[in-house]
Amino acid sequence: MNAPHLNRRHLLISGGAALIIRETPARAHNGAVHVTIEDLVFLPAEIEVRTGETIEWVNKDRMAHTATVKGGWEVMIPAGKTATRVAEAGDSVDYYCRFHPNMKGRITIVA
Amino acid sequence: MKSYLIAGASALLLVATAITAPAQVKPTDPQIAHIAYSAGVIDIETAKLALSKSTNDQVKEFAQSMVDDHQAVNEQALALVEKLGVTPEDNATSQALVTAADAKRAELGKLDGSAFDTAYVANEVAYHKQVNEALEALLIPSAQDAELKALLETGLKLFQGHQQHAEHVAAELK
Repeated sequence: MNAPHLNRRHLLISGGAALIIRETPARAHNGAVHVTIEDLVFLPAEIEVRTGETIEWVNKDRMAHTATVKGGWEVMIPAGKTATRVAEAGDSVDYYCRFHPNMKGRITIVA
Repeated sequence: MKSYLIAGASALLLVATAITAPAQVKPTDPQIAHIAYSAGVIDIETAKLALSKSTNDQVKEFAQSMVDDHQAVNEQALALVEKLGVTPEDNATSQALVTAADAKRAELGKLDGSAFDTAYVANEVAYHKQVNEALEALLIPSAQDAELKALLETGLKLFQGHQQHAEHVAAELK
């Protein structure tokens, strides 16, 4: 008689885990938000971060890219390397790669 | 100045003709590989000229990224043709591209300072536009091998990015 009870509890736990994963798709265990660059695309293109959280770009391409905000900041992301930025309050921005301006992304600061 | 403009226009026309003329005859995969590789080598050579001549930081940074990016893609292309057992085959389109590029480089070599920067960047806009049109209209649709087609599609994204980068630098030079 104990078995069904345990199963139900497992179901609740795994249901809770699934919910957490679905709510924060780009969030890793260490609290950094990852953006992968592959084949000249930012993935995911749109991310939501909190002020003070780290955004990490993982460049899987063989060429250098940038995350550039027009008239604002720029992060250089060398080929095959990662680069980071700590999100600031005013970082709800559109950004692009200055070397390949057809690559576009968006950051939204959430409370 | 006038003769320079005429020479520039005719070089451009030659490139346009080189790329669009064989449209009736679909290039084979070995020919496509050769054309794409040659297009990359041409841009690397022109960028090296810019690196040796220009003193403008934006132009030099652009030229360096052309060297780095095209080298990276051409290394991928070489690895792919080796894997596929394909030997790139020289052809009329590749030869016309190289001839036009040699003429263009000779012409750019005579210019200095901001005249060089402006002409180099304008040529980069035009050159990438031509290559992109050829990739979209002819090379990608003609490619038979799926991996070659995929690499050409990545190349198209890259070259479209270069065209926009060149357009941004051109706007800054004005």
